[in-house]
Amino acid sequence: MNKWFKSGSPWIWLSAGGVSISLISVLGLLWLIASRGLSYFWPSELYQFDLIDKHGAKSVVIGEIYNREEIPVSQLAHLNLVLDPEQEVLERLLIKTGNRELVSLDFRWLLSHYIQKTQTPKDLVSVERRTNGNFYGYIESVVVDGNEVDSNQLDKLLTRVDNFQDKIDELQKSDIGAINYQLERLRLKTRKYKFQDKLTAELKAQIDSEVATLNQSYIILEQELMGYRQAISRDHIVMRAMDGQLVTINFEYILKVTFNNQLSIVEKTAMFFSQIGYFLIEDPREANTEGGVFPAIFGTVLMVLLMTVIVSPLGVVAAIYLHEYAGKNAFTKLLRISVINLAGVPSIVYGVFGLGFFVYMVGGSLDQLFYSENLPSPTFGTPGVLWSSLTLAILTLPVVIVSTEEGLSRIPSEMRFGSLALGATKAETLWRIILPIASPAIMTGIILAIARAAGEVAPLMLVGVVKMAPNLPLDGNFPYLHLDRKFMHLGFHIYDVGFQSPNVEAARPLVFATALLLVTIIVTLNMTAVSIRNRLREKYKMLEH
Amino acid sequence: MISISPRALATGSDPSLASKLDLNNLAPEQVALDINKLNLYYGKKQALNNITMSIPKGQVTAFIGPSGCGKSTLLRCINRMNDLVDDCHISGEINLHGNNIYNKHVDVAELRRKVGMVFQRPNPFPKTIYENVVYGLRIMGENNRRRLDDAAEKSLRSAALWNEVKDRLHESALGLSGGQQQRLVIARAIAIQPEVLLLDEPTSALDPISTLTIEELINDLKKQFTVVIVTHNMQQAARVSDQTAFMYMGDLIEYSDTNTLFTTPQKKKTEDYITGRYG
Repeated sequence: MNKWFKSGSPWIWLSAGGVSISLISVLGLLWLIASRGLSYFWPSELYQFDLIDKHGAKSVVIGEIYNREEIPVSQLAHLNLVLDPEQEVLERLLIKTGNRELVSLDFRWLLSHYIQKTQTPKDLVSVERRTNGNFYGYIESVVVDGNEVDSNQLDKLLTRVDNFQDKIDELQKSDIGAINYQLERLRLKTRKYKFQDKLTAELKAQIDSEVATLNQSYIILEQELMGYRQAISRDHIVMRAMDGQLVTINFEYILKVTFNNQLSIVEKTAMFFSQIGYFLIEDPREANTEGGVFPAIFGTVLMVLLMTVIVSPLGVVAAIYLHEYAGKNAFTKLLRISVINLAGVPSIVYGVFGLGFFVYMVGGSLDQLFYSENLPSPTFGTPGVLWSSLTLAILTLPVVIVSTEEGLSRIPSEMRFGSLALGATKAETLWRIILPIASPAIMTGIILAIARAAGEVAPLMLVGVVKMAPNLPLDGNFPYLHLDRKFMHLGFHIYDVGFQSPNVEAARPLVFATALLLVTIIVTLNMTAVSIRNRLREKYKMLEH
Repeated sequence: MISISPRALATGSDPSLASKLDLNNLAPEQVALDINKLNLYYGKKQALNNITMSIPKGQVTAFIGPSGCGKSTLLRCINRMNDLVDDCHISGEINLHGNNIYNKHVDVAELRRKVGMVFQRPNPFPKTIYENVVYGLRIMGENNRRRLDDAAEKSLRSAALWNEVKDRLHESALGLSGGQQQRLVIARAIAIQPEVLLLDEPTSALDPISTLTIEELINDLKKQFTVVIVTHNMQQAARVSDQTAFMYMGDLIEYSDTNTLFTTPQKKKTEDYITGRYG
């Protein structure tokens, strides 16, 4: 035994054990969020349950099975069920029944005891709608322009509606959006002139004529829009719900009609991927509990990229000063220790700092100086994507400084001497030799900064993230990048959907799917940076003396 | 035990030329560097004691001596590389063309262009072979492609490296062997046409064959440049240099033409050292 200890094997086992535990936890985490998240996209079977309660009343429930639970019979004693005495547990199913206009809750627990018959009828459909969630039921009739038609025309009609919907979205987002944006700018311009007492009759006439032109084109566009709206609402579909009620759904609200029980495995797979696609490129609907997460993806990536652009030069320059130019004395040491300690400050503190300093002080002053015509409604004096990036840049600054300095100190002095001996000044040596060789270390700092920043949510809630941003920070209106706008973020989206949403059951798979997406995006960003670093490393490989 | 035959000394140096020079009484046009009462301190410790010597133009001068005798320190004084060492003070003068290089108004970068240096271990930059050679020229603001190409070829030929690398000028310099790297570094140093070339134990990290190549190269280089070489290898000093200075504990013990120093040393310490009694 003693010999075994001396051989060092226990340490090998211990360290291998440590590695295994880390590996298992990482894989377990990924497996959990991946399996829960991805199942959200898989088209599930639609069931029809024929129920009979203890009084003998019959009813029908249609829906998707969301969850199964086994509960001990003892907990159900108050129901006075007639059971086999040997039975100890009963199964309970959570059914998503949809049809929000008919029942207030679109989820419902069913005790298997009451289920008389379970079937999966082929002609059962799920209708995905823009509002009110899914509708489950049977198609009773399809009505085109007042005339009933065969239901095999459904696909054609849906494509037609889709085309119109695309046109409407395009019109609303880009054309009408641009006009509104220009009108707002003209209004601000007028206000500005008024404040400065420069609003001459001539100027006013000019602005008025511009406004009139814009209004003119707005009216034309609005008419076009109304035309599409009318065209889109021409047809409707009549559905029979589980309790036999007939419900009319206008095509205007229909996104997709699926015969879930008729799908083959191939079709299901195709649908699975197209659902993932929708999730990635669509805007959220219904208080973020449905639809996609595109604005959140966009916001997260934009904010992280902006942060990187801000923090990299700042951190590198600071590290260069600390390492190359600052005197080697106690003050520099103190400075270095302070920088390292900054990395340990809780992120919410940075959020408070960002709100107080960037948003209120800097943003407020900017508004006073440049956007006074817009006051009292703030332009930059309110949380926004610029302030979020700046706050996170400050938060990740120590990481970049520390790793850049480490990189600088690892460069052999022969490199510096070699360059200096050729008549290069210190600055030339820095630019031409030292920084390129240190670039992999700088990239390491940036990688760590990205990893930290992309996962932060707490400070962002104070300086720019919102539940629902009406516009992306990037659009077709000059100056294209609107740094003053608020943005959506996947991390906050998870919190919001999972814990602030009115429909927690419906949102749960969405939480996992979004978490999986956030992890994927951070890993992708990191991998990109890592591959850049590896290429730099290869290029500036140090001599192996 | 080291024994040096006079024949070995004859290779590389030309005794007839060396004997013409009186090192204590050189004519001004024969002098490349004039070191005058140079003292150097690392903190409180004195590393060079009152060195006075003249280094003749167009010749190879070797500094020899045991480790820590100050020979490399003296060499580094000549292009002011010691400025980079914290806590290093210098008094006395080193004159290049009659101007003290330790004068306040001297542009150190300009000085280092005139006084090139090659270090103990090959230190090519992690760039291409071509970019290594033209580095000094680019620093001087030369960007004309043709002139750079010409200078690169000329320097690489002078450094006896052209034939080995002409087909891979744009590959990384780190792929070269140690000896090739050292010649590349020499090519890099001579590309900016310095007047003086300082070699700080240039072959100590190399194998014997590369050493031989470098020694032959040094012999060619003195046609264009004044060469000052530090070496701990006495045979090398004997083979390549015209003048040799023996240093010990920061003092310049003896300085004369190589032939004389190795065959009839004047000082007891020199004799002890070259016959291998210490060092």
